[in-house]
Amino acid sequence: MSSSQTIHPIWLRLTHWINVIAVVILVMSGWRIYNAAPIFSFQIPAAITLGGWLAGALLWHFAAMWVLFINGIVYLLLNIFSGRIAYKFFPIPPCEVLHDFLAALKGKLAHADLRHYNTLQKLAYLFAVLDLIVLVLSGLVIWKSVQFPLLRELMGGYDSARIVHFVCMALLVAFTVVHLVMVALVPRTLIAMLRGR
Amino acid sequence: MDDPVIIRSVAQELELPARRQFLRHAWTLGGIALLTGCRLDDSNSVESMLKMVSRFNDKVQAALFDPARLAPTYPESMMTRPFPFNAYYDRNGIPDIEEDEFSLTVGGLVQDKHSWTLAELNQLPRTTQVTRLICVEGWSAIGKWGGVTFSTFLQRVGADTGAKYVGLKCADDYYTSIDMPTALHAQTLLTLSYDDQVLPPEYGYPLRLRMPTKLGFKNPKHVVEIFVTNDYPGGYWEDQGYNWFSGS
Repeated sequence: MSSSQTIHPIWLRLTHWINVIAVVILVMSGWRIYNAAPIFSFQIPAAITLGGWLAGALLWHFAAMWVLFINGIVYLLLNIFSGRIAYKFFPIPPCEVLHDFLAALKGKLAHADLRHYNTLQKLAYLFAVLDLIVLVLSGLVIWKSVQFPLLRELMGGYDSARIVHFVCMALLVAFTVVHLVMVALVPRTLIAMLRGR
Repeated sequence: MDDPVIIRSVAQELELPARRQFLRHAWTLGGIALLTGCRLDDSNSVESMLKMVSRFNDKVQAALFDPARLAPTYPESMMTRPFPFNAYYDRNGIPDIEEDEFSLTVGGLVQDKHSWTLAELNQLPRTTQVTRLICVEGWSAIGKWGGVTFSTFLQRVGADTGAKYVGLKCADDYYTSIDMPTALHAQTLLTLSYDDQVLPPEYGYPLRLRMPTKLGFKNPKHVVEIFVTNDYPGGYWEDQGYNWFSGS
């Protein structure tokens, strides 16, 4: 049976790549929206933004948000009800985290068996999932601050929801950079995410 | 003189390249990824797809809109000073409106179509609110607005509140339109004053429709005509691609 060799089931690979497309569109259009009224003292170079002008960027952003949102719900439901989240990500023993962290510093962190995540991978992927959830929630506050009062107060109001949204974007971009470096170091992982084995 | 009109039309022309850029950039990376079946230079199909989603988002926002839910109000100490000026033109373009020249035209699906003078408007019951204005650009500012609850005004003129839209036209050639539930919202205010003073020109003298449940560009200044209709009236920015509902 080929399924015994499958590292990533088809639904996981699909949701992963759909998420990639949605995140790229959301981040690049988000940068253009940011430039319309920067929170910090810098702007994002226009050449790496999407949409051309504010209205175009907003159209992209508010279209891709549905892709991210629906795809994210499908990913979470399948992960929870297939039991994958339980056996892939838990437990995360703290002493193992320390061990893997020290190994990573020495450049000796192993990922020989692609079916098993080391503890740093577990933490990094769970972080990405949580970060995306906070991105969606802070985005909801920015989009509909009157209609979601509880969420708005949780984010500390409209203006700080913008900061939360930006910081979570920056963290997701940082995660992606590290993720891509790791994939470059262990290229078999890219093959596994494409064809499942 | 006609100077402001000239400046305004020049400013509009200067804006145009940015709009064309949208077409040029719209189909780049995301377009390729999203529509692999489409020709890559077919930017119109990408744009029409995005606008289709935007119309869907109008419906979602209308469904999310709770007429009973109020926007947060703030103490006066939290007011943003100075409150920012923002328009599709700079300060030179602010229309110069004389009190005795002003009249508000009311039309469409209303029973009483008489034009209102400023004195008549000033006799209507007044209320104030300290609310946050959120701009589509992302910034926000807290201000104190005073005027007539718009639902009171709509009742006075016998508006058909079962109609879909309220359209607004302005002395600076701006125009926009809103959904009826927002028009009837308790905080939708036909504004005549700012910070307890007569509404200054930069914030829309003599009349602005203020809605803390809508983005700033949906809050038209220098309103000279209000009409109730079932035919989608569009808007200055909306017709260029900004989302129509743009509620908060």
